[in-house]
Amino acid sequence: MKNNQQNVSEEMILYAGVLERGMYTGLLLMFVTFLLYIFGVLEPVVPLERIDSFWNQPVHDYLVQVNREFLGWDEPPIGWSWVKLLGYGDFLNFLPVVLLSGVTILCYLFIVPGMFQRKDYWMASIALAEALILILAASGLLAVGH
Amino acid sequence: MDFFFRLQDHCLHYRFLLILFVLNPSLVFGADTSVPEITYPWWIWPLILLVVTFLMGIVAVLGGVGGGVLFVPIISGFFPFHLDFVRGTGLLVALSGALAAGPGLLKANLASLRLAMPVALIASSMAIVGAMVGLALPTHIIHLSLGGTILGIVVIMLSARKSELPNMDQADSLSTALRITGIYHEPSMKRDIAWKVHRTWPGLFSFIIIGFMAGMFGLGAGWANVPVLNLLMGAPLKISVATSKFLLSITDTSAAWIYLNKGAVIPLMVVPSLIGIMLGSFVGVRILRVAKPAFIRWMVIGILFFAGLKAISKGLEYYSLTFL
Repeated sequence: MKNNQQNVSEEMILYAGVLERGMYTGLLLMFVTFLLYIFGVLEPVVPLERIDSFWNQPVHDYLVQVNREFLGWDEPPIGWSWVKLLGYGDFLNFLPVVLLSGVTILCYLFIVPGMFQRKDYWMASIALAEALILILAASGLLAVGH
Repeated sequence: MDFFFRLQDHCLHYRFLLILFVLNPSLVFGADTSVPEITYPWWIWPLILLVVTFLMGIVAVLGGVGGGVLFVPIISGFFPFHLDFVRGTGLLVALSGALAAGPGLLKANLASLRLAMPVALIASSMAIVGAMVGLALPTHIIHLSLGGTILGIVVIMLSARKSELPNMDQADSLSTALRITGIYHEPSMKRDIAWKVHRTWPGLFSFIIIGFMAGMFGLGAGWANVPVLNLLMGAPLKISVATSKFLLSITDTSAAWIYLNKGAVIPLMVVPSLIGIMLGSFVGVRILRVAKPAFIRWMVIGILFFAGLKAISKGLEYYSLTFL
């Protein structure tokens, strides 16, 4: 074997391709949304000059205070409620973070069908279980508080 | 209560001056020795975070550790951010580094998907549990256990051996059933190396603890992944290092979702940290090509030792006992 790439399996190539595209898109989007945020193109929920009075608190206290001072919702913004705030500069930055955190789920979902077709049942089952666990983590059903 | 806030302001001011001293001593020597009531513009902390994580990125590459293991103890010890946000950011820092490296490692056939998948299933499940426990426990308990863990990592770094090509008679039944095996080309030996693994069950059990700690403290877990894959399961060192890095992209994903859903993500901390670590890593790789910085590893061990003590000291503040 002249180089290592000759021995790369089909699912590794597929996985790497999806991962690469998701990673580059996520990082690019992160820079764009961050610039929109810090240059004030999109107004944030928490004003930039006030953020340093929030980040030294536990996350629960931080969310309660943000809700009380700026949102006035019935509940603090946890789980997927950031989606309702995508029009604000700070919460828009959750979008690339979600993409970077979600790309691995896509990678797994892409390789599962091929593994079943090749009758690689054990590994296919492991991949499917992994995808389900990551989806459960992403769903927000497991959020707990202090 | 008012006294407490004033005291905290003073502490933050001194920490700020300490960091300024490290970055540019003249700024501090020229300053008045009294503590004036001053407010800093909002961009100061993200800027300092960018500079510090840039240096951290260089040191991490030269010291042969992941950025995450340096990020959490140092930033939580010396910056005003709450540990919840530091752990969330630390996970995203480790995750982004692993995502960036993953495609290349897979295409080069150095990271093994078949080795990573069963291990990742255990580690990522436990990382979720670790993240949930970590966010539910009181902060001082997390500081104390983080400090203990960091000191444990120092011991591992001081004592762990490495084996380029571990000796192995035969693969075990579980790894054989899962076909965890591979071939890679080793340029230094000018030959192809067929590898397999053994002790798969003990290896998988080890990842229960590793995954839990990764999620609980927001640390990357390369410091633990590599010894388990290499010394316990018998994978070649090169495969172990690459698979460990790739593995973080899965383990840290599951824990990152828990922190994200809890709202423990502040973009003004996350993005400068990511940019800093990534730029630092690029520069570190370039320096690594021309230098053999053996002393950097000792420096990393020293920094981690100090950061571990600092975390314990912060945890003891709750009991009005502090030594740093």
